[in-house]
Amino acid sequence: MTEQGVRWTAEQVLALAPDDASRKAGGRLGGAGSWSQTGGSASGSVWGLCKGSGSKPYQTVVDLTGPAYKCSCPSRKFPCKHALGLLLLWSAEGAGEPGEAPDWASRWLASREEKAVRTAAGPARPVDEEAARRRAGRRAARVGAGVAELEQRLTDLLRGGLAGQEQAGYAAWEETAARMVDAQAPGLAGRVRELGTIPSCGPGWPARMLEEAALLHLLDRAWLGVEGLPEQLAATVRSRVGLPASGEGEAVRDRWQVLAQYDSVSPDGRLTTRRIWLRGLGGGRPALVLDFGPPGRPPGLALPVGLVLEAEVRFRPGSAGLRADLGERSAAVAPYAEVPAGVTTGAALEAYGAALRQDPWLESWPVVLGPVVPVPGELGWQLADARGTCALPVPLSGPGSRSRGGLWQLAALSGGGPLTVFGECGHRGFTPLTAWQPGSAEPVPLV
Amino acid sequence: MEKPDEEYGDWEALVGAALLGTDRRRGGGPAGSPQALLDAAAVHAVRRRAGLRPAEAAARPDPAARDPRPAPPDAARRRLAQLLAGRTAGNGSGRRGATPDLTELLPQWLAAAARHGYRSPAALVPALLDAARARTDLRPQALALAGARGLWLARLNPDWRFALRGGAGGAGELPEATDPAGVERLWQEGLFAERVALLGLVRAHEPAAALRLLQTTWSTERAEDRLMFLDSLRAGLSDADEPFLEAALGDRSRNVRATAAELLSALPRSALAARMAKRALACVSPDGVVPPAECDAGMLRDGVVKRPPAGRGERAWWLGQLVEAAPLSCWGERFGGLGPADIVALPVAAGEGWAEELHAAWCRAAVRQRDAPWSRALLGAPSAPPAAGPGTPSLAERAKLLETLPDGERAAWVAEFIRAHGLSEAFQLLGVCVVPWAGTLGRAVVEALDSAREAGSYPWSFSGVMGLAERCLDPAEAGSLEALTAAAQDPPDASPGAAAYWSEAFQRLTATLRLRATMLTELTPT
Repeated sequence: MTEQGVRWTAEQVLALAPDDASRKAGGRLGGAGSWSQTGGSASGSVWGLCKGSGSKPYQTVVDLTGPAYKCSCPSRKFPCKHALGLLLLWSAEGAGEPGEAPDWASRWLASREEKAVRTAAGPARPVDEEAARRRAGRRAARVGAGVAELEQRLTDLLRGGLAGQEQAGYAAWEETAARMVDAQAPGLAGRVRELGTIPSCGPGWPARMLEEAALLHLLDRAWLGVEGLPEQLAATVRSRVGLPASGEGEAVRDRWQVLAQYDSVSPDGRLTTRRIWLRGLGGGRPALVLDFGPPGRPPGLALPVGLVLEAEVRFRPGSAGLRADLGERSAAVAPYAEVPAGVTTGAALEAYGAALRQDPWLESWPVVLGPVVPVPGELGWQLADARGTCALPVPLSGPGSRSRGGLWQLAALSGGGPLTVFGECGHRGFTPLTAWQPGSAEPVPLV
Repeated sequence: MEKPDEEYGDWEALVGAALLGTDRRRGGGPAGSPQALLDAAAVHAVRRRAGLRPAEAAARPDPAARDPRPAPPDAARRRLAQLLAGRTAGNGSGRRGATPDLTELLPQWLAAAARHGYRSPAALVPALLDAARARTDLRPQALALAGARGLWLARLNPDWRFALRGGAGGAGELPEATDPAGVERLWQEGLFAERVALLGLVRAHEPAAALRLLQTTWSTERAEDRLMFLDSLRAGLSDADEPFLEAALGDRSRNVRATAAELLSALPRSALAARMAKRALACVSPDGVVPPAECDAGMLRDGVVKRPPAGRGERAWWLGQLVEAAPLSCWGERFGGLGPADIVALPVAAGEGWAEELHAAWCRAAVRQRDAPWSRALLGAPSAPPAAGPGTPSLAERAKLLETLPDGERAAWVAEFIRAHGLSEAFQLLGVCVVPWAGTLGRAVVEALDSAREAGSYPWSFSGVMGLAERCLDPAEAGSLEALTAAAQDPPDASPGAAAYWSEAFQRLTATLRLRATMLTELTPT
């Protein structure tokens, strides 16, 4: 079949929108009335002219394999409302018989192809291995100094006692975090910042703070002995400290199902992180693809929940084999696959526990849970096994928790009955991200 | 790391030591270094995380009742999600541009879905409840669509508790009106909202049965509840209700008494109506108007309010209430067999002030008794200037009078009014016309908008009517509007740029009409 053969659903198109306003505006442009000279090619692109407020219509073209967008409108949103409208039109009505792209569209499509070929041909410049080694050595030394300083800070903390932390405030930890950034160890900086926020996070904070401080200490110790660690664990330590991945990862070709996509904004609002969870339909392997957006701009990579794409996924070494980069991919294979098989709450925790062997700093593990019944409660929500008496709590605040709106959506889908849920299972509980209603293969992202 | 683990065998002891600080910890416990404490805590932390077991499940909620209605087709479901999302996204800019306003289309979508008998897609029920919470006008339809699943959710979330108490639409699990045992049980045991809904259901099925049901518990109901129940008798009101209402005139609660009197006065053959007619006829004759001199006990019992609002004379106030509650049929004989139009046209002698009072009361009576001939007379000819009309110059009152006319006549009257007076005063009158607007009315509105454009004024002077037209014009009119969407040159004496704004406004109008047509098609079962 042609790559254009499978159209996306309107939900999947709307999931690409950078914000609500664009979603709304795009929705309005999804009717045939706004468009002229629309068409599509067999290689997976669609184009059209959209009537705007000016005399000249906007030229919009979308490469579905990216997806990548190009529009002559001045909007800085990405994708813009015209691209969304065009995709909606395509999802509702298709683009007719594959045809020849007009000049303005084919120029851009051709330049994309060239770029892809150039990238595939490999880096143009030969790597100066000697210089790279020297740079890595210098960086390792700076990280080492940072680790030593952090160990001192933790020792002081335990010597003086945690009790003083409630008054001590966040500033001292912020300063330590800044020192870790200077030491080129962003991973440590992030954990230090988290540590500093714990005393203001309600009852039970001393135990949580000790646990986080101890895990930070464990990371320091692991760094100091990283040369002696097995290769995978050493890679995990390096990536947890915040060093760029070294060495080639394992490449896996499969049909990947998008299980979830959600954004989180850093506390200072300067960086948006998009997490995309994939699952190999053939091999069953989970993969986490991250993308980042600068202030005020959403990350560029957008994969609608449910979509199945044929692609090569390159796993980074370490980190329990979750972090991955999306390699060469074809257009979508199908709007969605069947409902993945779920496991019980006990098995979910076992999977998380097993993953900790490879990465003791792992916060959570991706799990398809089911059949489970969401149990709303005044004090906290649970997901309870449909049979038996076991349940997982749902974290309502703190890192990894989602909005309550998503939980009510989950409850509404269940109506008190069992369903299948995908989410992150960790030491704080299970965070639901996507749900399947009984009798429907269509995933519902919990927003 | 075996050794520190033995020293700090217990997590609680570790947390205690960490809180206190290793410097302060002497004797008793192991005098561990901070390093040893952190080592031990790290082992504990990883071991705890790796060995986590599921918690004990709390009591699961009772499953929601099954909703046998079909789900709407996929396209319609997406449209609803879009309309609900549009509600919160806000528009931001003040100017509305050429694209449809989605918020205003939600009520139409809900109404159309109700006609098809759909249930809400489960995933959208929370958004639907949020919308109903924010906009009371959406509640009945939103809650009806949400159905059993909505009620089930509302019981779990205090934010949505309104769904359980609101009178309308809370009907998720009502028994059949023909199932006496089920009706009886719910009436005795149900929540207030369920009982109101039940009473409405039974009333619609068999009015007398609702009355019997209400009488079984009437004396034990709370005053606020009695008022609400009494209000549900408005639907299907008939002479059979009179004995019950007459008895309610002696109720303990003043509001219940007033409502009973109002309902009785809508029954021209009732004893109350006869008493009111007698009192009113004593005041009004072809020779002139003599308002009542006092408000006696009998008048009070029949619901007349003694104290006038500030700024009104009490005699005029009483007169108004008597005439308003008297059956309009009593006036023909009083005025020598004249019809309503002739009576209304008669000059009223003895003081002009009374004439205004009398006509205003007749208007209220015509509305209350839904008397089309009197309404027609009081409205006068649509082409007559509003201030010179026989009844009332108030547009709100006129709109109410119009509501008593048959649909077609109403639309024709308003169309004629717009042709004569333009759009500036038509907003309220258009609001009572049946949607989608009849052809003559729609054409009158579009022609008037077009003349306003040609006159060179800005379109936002007509934004109210424009908004109504977007929601109420027949979607089939979209084609005939196409010509108006083209950007024309500003007429010579027009406000600058007006033509472009008009073209934008007409573009939005046609886009909205098309969207409405699509919306309705999407709801059609496939």
